[in-house]
Amino acid sequence: MTAGTANPTRSAVAARLRGHSVKWGESAFQVAALLGLLLSLGVLVALLADIVAGAWSVFITRGADFVSSPISLSGDTAGVVNGIIGSVLLTLVVAVVAIPLGMAAAVYLEEYAQDTRPTRFIQTNVRNLAGVPSIVYGLLGLGVIVRLVTAIGAGGSTNGRNIIAGGLTLAVLVLPIVVITTSEALRAVPAAIREAAYGVGATQWEVTRHQVLPAALPAILTGTVLTLARAFGETAPLLLVGAATGFFTTGGQGLTEQLTGTYTALPVVVYSWSRQPDGAFRDELAPAAILVLLVLLLAANAAAIVVRNRSERKW
Amino acid sequence: MSRRNPTVEATHGRRGLDASATLTGDVRRRRKEARVRGILFGAAATTVLVGAAIVFALVGEAWNFVTQVELSKLWSLGWFPRRDFFDVRTIVLGTVIIAGIAMVVATPLGLGAAIYLSEYASPRARRIFKPIVEVLAGIPSVVLGYFALTWISPNLVQRLFTANTFNMAAAGIGVGVLVTPLVAAVTEDALRAVPVSLREASYGLGARRGETVRKVVLPAAVSGIVASLILGVSRAIGETMVVAMAAGATGGSLLQMNPLEPGQTMTAAMTALAIGSDQVAGSGLAFQSLFFVGLLLFAMTLVLNIIGDRFVRRVREKY
Repeated sequence: MTAGTANPTRSAVAARLRGHSVKWGESAFQVAALLGLLLSLGVLVALLADIVAGAWSVFITRGADFVSSPISLSGDTAGVVNGIIGSVLLTLVVAVVAIPLGMAAAVYLEEYAQDTRPTRFIQTNVRNLAGVPSIVYGLLGLGVIVRLVTAIGAGGSTNGRNIIAGGLTLAVLVLPIVVITTSEALRAVPAAIREAAYGVGATQWEVTRHQVLPAALPAILTGTVLTLARAFGETAPLLLVGAATGFFTTGGQGLTEQLTGTYTALPVVVYSWSRQPDGAFRDELAPAAILVLLVLLLAANAAAIVVRNRSERKW
Repeated sequence: MSRRNPTVEATHGRRGLDASATLTGDVRRRRKEARVRGILFGAAATTVLVGAAIVFALVGEAWNFVTQVELSKLWSLGWFPRRDFFDVRTIVLGTVIIAGIAMVVATPLGLGAAIYLSEYASPRARRIFKPIVEVLAGIPSVVLGYFALTWISPNLVQRLFTANTFNMAAAGIGVGVLVTPLVAAVTEDALRAVPVSLREASYGLGARRGETVRKVVLPAAVSGIVASLILGVSRAIGETMVVAMAAGATGGSLLQMNPLEPGQTMTAAMTALAIGSDQVAGSGLAFQSLFFVGLLLFAMTLVLNIIGDRFVRRVREKY
């Protein structure tokens, strides 16, 4: 730089090379992008802090009692056990209905179907179903599934607005997601595996059943857990198919009563409590219920990640 | 589906019979093949049935609504379905306002996160940050609704403006947070689909990293970015719980353009109707209006999703 005063051209070139003229815009862009990322993460932190701060006192004073108590009018005794049972039963219905159906559909589309117009129509249809807002599935539940459940005699005391209808609604809601994630998992299995099996004389189903599905299983399992987690946290469609939002008494304790009687789900409990004018419900019990919901979802996600890491294979 | 079965094709030709039909030998094996194929096809056909059932459920009741309602009620004071005021403007405008606010939030956050993760982050930083963004995507909307109501509204909106506790701005920001991971994920996929060779060529010409990102990578990925925003809008107008919890106006709403006041979207109007009374099924046109609004929402999101999908596929075809 000592020559800078003596030779203006040289100093200009040196400055250019050091990049003073453009460096500002250069780092500003990177900083802006980083800011976008950090703000998204900041929101997550604020959200968790907000919820833990609200839930704190409930868990300090009542501990596990909150998780095992039923819904109650009194803020001191109200708990989330009805919500947890409801959500678990709903998720079971989803698992029993949507997962085999979605997997079978994906196997057909990926392994069996020829590239014809009907096949492409089915695929387009699945993609579009995946983008339908969840509340529209609630309308499907209200307009069709509730009536169907009543028609087959499972309506119970609730005229079909029960766990069976709610579970079927959620099952239909996640069905396209199951198809899409399973399809992706199947597509990642190399053709060589199929060819080797054909080479030793296996039929198409034998190839699929004994080679392709086991190879794709870890990815399918991960996708399945995430899908069930999605169903577990879904609220809006359940409001339309009659999940109870107020204070209510559950019917009997038998399984049939549970399935056909009045029901609620954990996210519906959260919604219901945050609308209560009573401050304790809105400011303490609702975040406590959210915390239970998030812990359950996080556990499911962690399980999915463990499964994926354990069985991750590279071809 | 994109992966045809090469062996079967080689033996039978592309339009040829599938393996089960041409297997010679064991009849039992052949029958089993056919049976399995039938079952699997049945499952795939069920998905079409679901689509048909949605359209059937919506169109049936929506038609009843349209044919029975006085048309002047569709353009009146506001949205009070139980008092026979079905001003569609109110809830469509509410939806547009909230989706607009959501995109103002989600666009910079989502694009910034995606650009940073794809172009700037070290592999190690990516391994840490990407799962966190995915966790954000997995948070149920009812939780974000609670957050919008109890944190965003008092700590952001009411601190900056004089606003109602329940306001459309807080709901819009909440929806924006919800949409951010989606925008980030689709954009990041598009950015990573841009071949490294394009970046290398740009560096070779002496461009810096930022210039390369702005002048080479972003233009090359533009259809994917557009797709992410379109899909984001579609997700935002279909979002229910955040709006139902944070935007207020659960009993109906007058035409409201001020985002600092309570307002109602199509989705929130539907939940309000559904939980407002257990006798929704009995109360005249209120029940039918639910399906009319649902059909409108379904049509809007479907169009957006189809357009968004086109853009996504354009990225895939190009590289």
